[in-house]
Amino acid sequence: MASLSPAVEMTGISIEFPGVKALDGVNFRLFPGEVHSLMGENGAGKSTLIKALTGVYGIDSGRITVFGVPQTFNGPGQAQAAGISTVYQEVNLCENLSVAENIMLGHEPRSRGRIDWRGVRREASKYLAQLGLDIDPRSLLSSHSLAVQQLVAISRAMVVDAKVLILDEPTSSLDAGEVKQLFSVMRVLRDQGVAILFVSHFLDQIYAISDRLTVLRNGQLVGEYLVDELPRRQLVSKMIGQSLEVLDQLEDAPKRTVAARTGAAPLVQALGLGRRGAIEPFDLELYEGEVVGLAGLLGSGRTELARLLYGADHADVGELSVGGKPGRLRGPRAAMKQGIAFSSEHRKAEGIVGDLTVRENLMLGLQADRGWARRIPARQADEVVSKYIAALGIRPANPDALVRNLSGGNQQKVLLGRWLATAPKLLILDEPTRGIDVGAKAEIQRLVASLATEGMSVVFISAELDEVLRLSHRIAVMRDRKKVAEITNDESTTLGDVVELIASGGTS
Amino acid sequence: MHLVRHRLFWPLVALVALLAANTINTPSFLSLRVQDGHLFGALIDIMRNSAPLLLVALGMTLVIATRGIDLSVGAVVAISGAVALSFIGSSPNPEAVSTVLIAVGIALGLCFVLGVWNGFLVSVLGIQPIIATLVLMTAGRGIAMLITEGQITTINSPAYRVIGSGFWLGLPVAILIAGAIFALVAVLTRRTALGMLIESVGINPEASRLAGVQSRSIVWTVYALTGLFAGIAGLMISSNVMAADANNAGLFIELDAILAVVIGGTSLAGGKFSLAGTLIGAFIIQTLTLTVTILGISPSVTPLFKAIVVIAVVLMQAPIVRKKMAARRPQGPRPAVVEAKPVEVAA
Repeated sequence: MASLSPAVEMTGISIEFPGVKALDGVNFRLFPGEVHSLMGENGAGKSTLIKALTGVYGIDSGRITVFGVPQTFNGPGQAQAAGISTVYQEVNLCENLSVAENIMLGHEPRSRGRIDWRGVRREASKYLAQLGLDIDPRSLLSSHSLAVQQLVAISRAMVVDAKVLILDEPTSSLDAGEVKQLFSVMRVLRDQGVAILFVSHFLDQIYAISDRLTVLRNGQLVGEYLVDELPRRQLVSKMIGQSLEVLDQLEDAPKRTVAARTGAAPLVQALGLGRRGAIEPFDLELYEGEVVGLAGLLGSGRTELARLLYGADHADVGELSVGGKPGRLRGPRAAMKQGIAFSSEHRKAEGIVGDLTVRENLMLGLQADRGWARRIPARQADEVVSKYIAALGIRPANPDALVRNLSGGNQQKVLLGRWLATAPKLLILDEPTRGIDVGAKAEIQRLVASLATEGMSVVFISAELDEVLRLSHRIAVMRDRKKVAEITNDESTTLGDVVELIASGGTS
Repeated sequence: MHLVRHRLFWPLVALVALLAANTINTPSFLSLRVQDGHLFGALIDIMRNSAPLLLVALGMTLVIATRGIDLSVGAVVAISGAVALSFIGSSPNPEAVSTVLIAVGIALGLCFVLGVWNGFLVSVLGIQPIIATLVLMTAGRGIAMLITEGQITTINSPAYRVIGSGFWLGLPVAILIAGAIFALVAVLTRRTALGMLIESVGINPEASRLAGVQSRSIVWTVYALTGLFAGIAGLMISSNVMAADANNAGLFIELDAILAVVIGGTSLAGGKFSLAGTLIGAFIIQTLTLTVTILGISPSVTPLFKAIVVIAVVLMQAPIVRKKMAARRPQGPRPAVVEAKPVEVAA
């Protein structure tokens, strides 16, 4: 399928940010008439590579050639002029304009200095037809689903006669039918000789649409593979960077003993709980003194599941019974009243209140629970604050420091402290160790283990599988926004087993 | 050095500079005299005249702290005066204290309801504050016109006059009312957790929601209070002139209130707020108005002077200017990150 000379060839690309080598001598080739997937975990360098190719970032070293011509991009405009178009996850179009206006924006046919609107619509229909799309060019963009808007964005890319099309996570908010439609458009384009670079976190989609794939890890190239020759299990192990044998050996770490469930009823039980477009209905039982890990790739529905358990999003089917009482949570406050706590993966956007002090952030949950009228007495607040600053080792140990000035790890500890202060029965931790240093990470892991020993029920989410495996008594495996399997994590469970489940979707 | 960096330093300097300029121009400016047991003087005038603005600005401070804004306060001022005076004017004995009390009750009740309406639009329906309150800003003066039937209602009721121009214990009642409300708001926000929760909602609404903060009822309360305070301001303004002018009562007071809040160092982006800053801001605006009058400049030029003071104070507070100024000092700025300070940890 690949013709002889690549459409894009990137050689020895390095990009450095202060203190981080985002890309380190990466090679990448993209041929006309192929769909090429770029794979890698969070922070592997996928988006940095894309931004280098689209001219958003300048490169520190290396060479980019497009159709044999060496290029130095100083901005997105130059990349576009070279025939490279990008469609991002969030659609960059004008919702309040018509489909035709969006497609032709900046390239409107003119006659005598004025825009020829009939021509705009005619041209737009031509591009839509070229992709086999049946959309009324006069309709307002906002009247269409996100999927159709994405297709319109692709049509727009065709106007500038793109020879290279970059699709950065276009499917992350589409449902199965819409993905199919997108894929058929992608196939049309591929057959027309367009080189397509595709990024997605859904393994099924990668295998359904791509011809080849390139795997990155920690800013370095792992390799370039033909999709047909790389089984999923191997792909996953290349992405997380441990050979399957090594993954299995890592399991020498002391196994947690599975808490004896003394025939007790589950603390929290989800029955067919789901939310359209976010996560398919799932069942989950959570017991006291038990850590349940959620494993799966990014975008597999881990966070969505956690948010439903906390009521941060409303479920539209199923029920959640807490302490045997069936019902559904009306919101975070209702969840708190039931003894559920949730620490979001987005520490800055959904966790800390940056301009408040460590003390205020620590007390926020407790105070919110009591309502504004009954302020927690200063002495009691002091006790709580110094207790958690000491217990969690928050640095600086200054309750009056603004939280935004703390390091990521310490901010995370403040958030943990906020929730622990409310003495929850169920603690949901979404990526509590992401982006924090090794020491703080170990401390948080130890804390989770000891909390469970003391009888708390914990849901632990992490992209790092070995961490999930080390801490959890049970593991729910997520894939493509579905809970696909649940395993008891005992002596015999290995990282390889979990990887296998993620790759196979529990169907093997 | 530390003093200069306090966020109220420059607003205070501006206020003192204005007072000093007046004293140089009129040496008797700062003098106070007692006449018939009442305190008189330019300072007392400033304080009394800034009372309505202060009340409106107090509410505005809280609203702005939640990332909102309330443009309707001027209209509410007009409605409040219109309701109270229409009731008193149409009552058989406008002089009776009971009539005045009922009128005040009805006016304030209505203004509270208007505040609740604003709060409903913002917190429950999720309409952008500037749009939500624009509705009442435009409609409110029409409502006031309906109440006064398009006339400037005037009354003669000594009991009502007390609110705006009366004295108690030697001090103007307006100052006492404003002072009491200021103290009340200070206690309400700083002695309870309301202030901290308002700031939390203003700084990071989503994090606050996930932490279980009842952002909806907090935002709602804040708008309701603002309506109530604007109502009290409306009573003062109408009592001062003993007339309800639906067109001009409280005209542009929303802009002055926003200015007072901004001069006082509360960011329009929400979050941290300073009631003391708002107090100083209201005094600055009122002193300026008085200064222009004393200097014999046409009052129509007042907005220009306001603009100059505002731009000066706001520039002084802008981070970029502060950094530039700090860089010129030999010591250099204090590090932004708070240094670790060991804390005695309770066992």
